[in-house]
Amino acid sequence: MAQPQLLVHDKADNVGVVVVEGLTAGTEMLCVVTEDNSDFKLTADADVPIGHKVALADLAVGDTIIKYGEDIGKVVAAVKKGEHVHTHNLKTKRW
Amino acid sequence: MYENRTVHGYVRENGRVGVRNHVAILPVDDISNAACEAVANNIQGTLALPHAYGRLQFGEDLDLHFRTMIGTGANPNVAACIVIGIEPEWTKVIADGIRKTGKPVAEFSIEQNGDIATIAAASRQAKEYVHWASELLREERPLSDLWVSTKCGESDTTTGLSSCPTVGNMYDKLLPHGLYGCFGETSEITGAEHICEKRAANPEAAAKFMKIFQAYQDDVIFAHQTDDLSDSQPTKGNILGGLSTIEEKALGNLEKIGRTSTYIDALEPAEAPEKGNGLYFMDTSSAAAECVTLMAAAGYVVHTFPTGQGNVVGNPIVPVIKISGNPRTLRTMSEHIDVDVTGVLSREKTIDEAGDDLIDMICRTSNGRLTAAEALGHKEFVMTKLYRSA
Repeated sequence: MAQPQLLVHDKADNVGVVVVEGLTAGTEMLCVVTEDNSDFKLTADADVPIGHKVALADLAVGDTIIKYGEDIGKVVAAVKKGEHVHTHNLKTKRW
Repeated sequence: MYENRTVHGYVRENGRVGVRNHVAILPVDDISNAACEAVANNIQGTLALPHAYGRLQFGEDLDLHFRTMIGTGANPNVAACIVIGIEPEWTKVIADGIRKTGKPVAEFSIEQNGDIATIAAASRQAKEYVHWASELLREERPLSDLWVSTKCGESDTTTGLSSCPTVGNMYDKLLPHGLYGCFGETSEITGAEHICEKRAANPEAAAKFMKIFQAYQDDVIFAHQTDDLSDSQPTKGNILGGLSTIEEKALGNLEKIGRTSTYIDALEPAEAPEKGNGLYFMDTSSAAAECVTLMAAAGYVVHTFPTGQGNVVGNPIVPVIKISGNPRTLRTMSEHIDVDVTGVLSREKTIDEAGDDLIDMICRTSNGRLTAAEALGHKEFVMTKLYRSA
């Protein structure tokens, strides 16, 4: 298999993780779901650093971000599919 | 195949297997550090363990201090131990605690003697211990005789994808054959505590874990918080690495206990496991040096440490094996990494293969290979303190 640019833990996840350095906006990423090795393509909407997340779907304020098939927090600013997901649009539901 | 693996370790008087052979010079208190360091400077092959505490502590905090001191001296990676304190009574408490292992222990106190006479007497004894310990031979023992702990640090999203599940795979393979395991980091389980609760092997362990977890939330977080802790958990390093929330960090962290492993008990900080072989949860800070120090004091002899952004921590008595899958970290600071699992992210290596790589490195490290942290001189020995002294 070619080297993927994005890995997704679980089929239910709505974010994936960039696993290569120097990813630039407009790159059509090979995305692999580690749970079952299935793959799909997604275009990155921004330069996203290695380790950072990309939305797999359009997400509205209040939506739950799913990773590892689990709740990792809430959307606090709307995100479009292919955009960078991080502390500017995702917040903990704890504390 | 895993049941037949062996390592060459030091079999101690109490039957435990160590992988290092230190003659430790242990200060009871902060003001005895200078004497301990002077002894270690006089006698080659000894190791001073300076730290910041040991005076005017009381109650549960003093219990933890004694437990950490005694456990450190009792660790099978220590062949013999010299204990030096300002006064004889607490010095004796610690020395007698270590003596229960059957290993050679000598104690010295400074009051009425002064540093110079104490250093001279302790140095003579340390020299005898070094002669004795340096002639001990390693013996072939089952890999499953080892006690192997884990804690991750400077985590990022790659730890949850690669290095943490590598440790989990190792535990899934070795725990069924008799290994002792340990994970902790109470503060970083937040967000995945419901999953951790379900990974208990019995209802008692689950209840103990949830009690520890809730006490941490009530006594530490809610008692002291000024915001949603977004500036502390995740850490700035975590956030640079792409982790956004404590829930995300916790789920990655918990990958270290694998797919099938369950914990049989939940331990107090530095408490030695007493329910036989298997996996244990320990109530610890998530700060790397504090956590590794507590697990070493509980008797663990090898530590496995997944890192994403590149935590450089080591420990004076326990080899800390670093595992990373982040290609940028391997590119920029590979001297700190013992097991490179970047192939998991590029899909050139499976978690199963990475787990085998880690098992190989645990064997090599146990047989004497110095870890990156040991070669680079990392000896972080950090006591956990529960509250202010009297």
